[in-house]
Amino acid sequence: MTHQPLPRWADLVLLPIVNLAVALLAAGVMVWWVGQDPLEVLKVLLHGAFGTPRGLSYTLYYATTFVFTGLAVAVAFHGGLFNIGGEGQAILGGLGTGLVALWLAASLPAWLMLPLMLLAGALFGMVWAAVPAYLQAYRGSHVVITTIMFNFLASSLLVYLLVNHLKVPGNMSVESAPFADSAKLPSMATFLGWLGIEWPNSPLNTSVFLAVMAAAGVYFFLWHTRLGYELRATGSSARAAAYAGIRPKHQVMLAMGLSGALAGMVGMNEVAGVNGRLLLEYVSGAGFTGIAVSLMGRSHPFGIVLASVLFGALFQGGAEVSFEVRGFSRDMVVMLQGFIVLFSGAMAYVLAPAVGWAVQGLRSPAATTSEKGAAHG
Amino acid sequence: MDEAMIGSLIASTLRVSTPLIFCALAGLLSERSGVIDIGLEGKMLFAAFAAGAAGVTFGSTAVALLVAMGTTVLLSWLHGFACVSHRGDQVVSGVAINIIAVGMTAVLGIAWFSQGGQTPPVTTEVRMQALMPGVVASLQGIPVLGQIVGQGFLSHNALVYVALLLVPAVWWLMYRTRFGLRLRAVGENAHMVDAAGVSVVGMRYAALTLNGLLCGLAGSYLVLAQNAAFVPNMTAGRGFMALAALIFGKWHPVKAFWACLLFGFLDAVAIRMQGVALPGIGLVPVQLIQALPYLLTVILLAGFIGRTVAPQALGRPYLKER
Repeated sequence: MTHQPLPRWADLVLLPIVNLAVALLAAGVMVWWVGQDPLEVLKVLLHGAFGTPRGLSYTLYYATTFVFTGLAVAVAFHGGLFNIGGEGQAILGGLGTGLVALWLAASLPAWLMLPLMLLAGALFGMVWAAVPAYLQAYRGSHVVITTIMFNFLASSLLVYLLVNHLKVPGNMSVESAPFADSAKLPSMATFLGWLGIEWPNSPLNTSVFLAVMAAAGVYFFLWHTRLGYELRATGSSARAAAYAGIRPKHQVMLAMGLSGALAGMVGMNEVAGVNGRLLLEYVSGAGFTGIAVSLMGRSHPFGIVLASVLFGALFQGGAEVSFEVRGFSRDMVVMLQGFIVLFSGAMAYVLAPAVGWAVQGLRSPAATTSEKGAAHG
Repeated sequence: MDEAMIGSLIASTLRVSTPLIFCALAGLLSERSGVIDIGLEGKMLFAAFAAGAAGVTFGSTAVALLVAMGTTVLLSWLHGFACVSHRGDQVVSGVAINIIAVGMTAVLGIAWFSQGGQTPPVTTEVRMQALMPGVVASLQGIPVLGQIVGQGFLSHNALVYVALLLVPAVWWLMYRTRFGLRLRAVGENAHMVDAAGVSVVGMRYAALTLNGLLCGLAGSYLVLAQNAAFVPNMTAGRGFMALAALIFGKWHPVKAFWACLLFGFLDAVAIRMQGVALPGIGLVPVQLIQALPYLLTVILLAGFIGRTVAPQALGRPYLKER
C-alpha cells in the first residue's frame, strides 16, 4: 500500500475519531439488532454517566483505574513493548498495598501509612513486570507471552493467599480483615467535606488526584527527560538507539518496570480507596481496558485521560442503562471496548487511504485521481 | 491407587485435554504460518456460544458443529483481514477478538435466550454420546481391561477421538505434504516463499481457515460434550492454556499434544488433590497445581528446560516488494 501519508492533523485527530466512530457505529448496530433503540440507550447512558454528581463520581472512579492501566500500557508501548500483563501487575499492586496495610496500619498514622501503601503497590507491580522484562531482555522470551502467563500466576497467587492465609477464619466470604482507619484513602465526599463542599457518597476517592499526577508525570518523563527520550528512542528503533549508545536491555527493564509500577497503583484506588480490605475481584478486566484506553488515547497521557473518562462513562452509564432498559447488560460495554481495540488498534490504518482520499479531495477537488491501494498478494 | 481411580484419572485427563488439543493445533497452524494467535480464547468462546445457540435452535449436532466452525472461520478471516491484508498488529487484533467474544456472546445470549447470558441446555440427542458404550460395558469386570482401558480410554465421545486423530493428521499435513512445507516456509521466511511464486497472503489465509475450523471444534466440545449449555466466559482461560501448550510443545504438533495431555492431567489431578496431603510433601495448594502449566511455560521460555525457537517470521506482516 503506497498511499500518501496523511497530514499530521488528520493522522493525530481525524483518523482516531473516524475509527472511534466506526467502533461506536458497530456497537450501535448491535444494540439495534438485539432490539433496542441506540439513541435511547445513548441518552440514558450519558445522563447516567454525567447527569448527576453521583453518576459523575462513579464515572471518575472508574476512570481513575483506567488512567493507571492505560498509562501502564502506553509507557511500555513507547519502549516498543506490548504489556498485556496490566491485569496481573494491578493484582500484585493491590496485594502490595493491602499487605502493607494489614501489616502496619494498626501502628502507623495515615500520613505515613498511605505513601507507604502507594510505594508498596507500585513496587509489587514493578517486580511483577520486571520478571517478564528480564526474560525478554536477557533470556529472549517474548514479553507478550510471559505477561499473559503472569496474569494467570498473579490471580492464582491472590486466590492462594486469600484462601489460605488472609481470610478471616469463620467468615464465609473470601476476603481479608478490614484495614485499620489509617490505611483508608479519604473518599471524595470526605475530602470535599473538609473544604466545606457537599458531595454525595460514592467510590470516588482522592486517588483520582494521584491518577492526574501520574498522567502529568508520565508526560514529563517521556517528553522532557533524557531517560524518557532514550526510552522512546529504543521504542522507535532499538538498533538506532543502540548505535547512539543507549542500552536496549536496560530500556526494556525501565519501560516494563515503570509500566508495572503504574499498573500497581490501581491498588490505591480499588483497595485503599474503595474496599478497605483485600478481596478476590478488584481488577476484573481493568488491565485489558487499559489496552483499549491506551490505543484510543494514542499512548499520549492527555489522550489517555480523555479515553479513561470515556470508558469510565461507558461503564457507569452502562450500569445505569442496564437498570433502565430491559435486556441491556454491561456486557454491551465490554463488547464496545473490544470494537475499539479492533478498530482503533488492529485496524487503525485500514481506513487511512479512505481518510487520506477524503482529505485530499477536500483540499483540491481537481486532484482526486490518487491511486487506490492495489490488491494484495 | 486402585484401577478405578487410574481409569477415571485417565478418562478425565483426556476429557480436559481435548479442547486444549484442538485449540493448540489451531494456534500451531496459524503461528507456523507466521500469524500470532492470541485470540484462541475468544474464538473458542464464540464457538461455544454458536454451538450452544445453534444446538438449541436447530436441535442438530451437525448444524451446531457447522455453525460453530463457520463462526470461528469468519473470526479467523477477520484476524487475517486486520493483520495479513492490512498488516495491523497481530497481538492487538487477538486481544480485540478476546474482548469482543466476552461481551458479544453475553449480549446475544441475553437477547436471544434471556437467561442471564446462558443458553438453555442442548437436548441429549444433540449432545455427543459415548462412541462405544457397548465395548465399555462388555469389558466391565475384567481386571485392567475393564477400568483402565474401558473407562479410561474407550468411554469417550467422538470428538475426543477426532482430537487424538488430528494430532498425527496435522503432523502429516505439516511435515509430509507440499502444503505443509509451504506453510512452514511462510512462517520462517515469507520473502523466499514469495520469490518461489507462492502467495504469502494466500498461505496465511489458508492456515487461518484451518485454525478457525479447529477452534470451532474446541468450542463446540465445551457445549456439546462437556457442559450441556453455554455459560458466559465458560472457556475460563483454556485458550491461553492451549497457547501455553503450543509454546511448551515448541510449535510442534506431537510435542504440543504431550503438553496438552500434561496440562490436562494437572487439571484432573488438581481437583482430586483438594485437601489431600501427599506423603512426605504435605498439603499441596490446589492453586499451585492449577498455576503449574503457566509456570512451566515461563520456565521453558526462560530457556531453563531446553530452548524454544519460535517461527522466524512470527508476528511480522509481509510487505510485498514492488
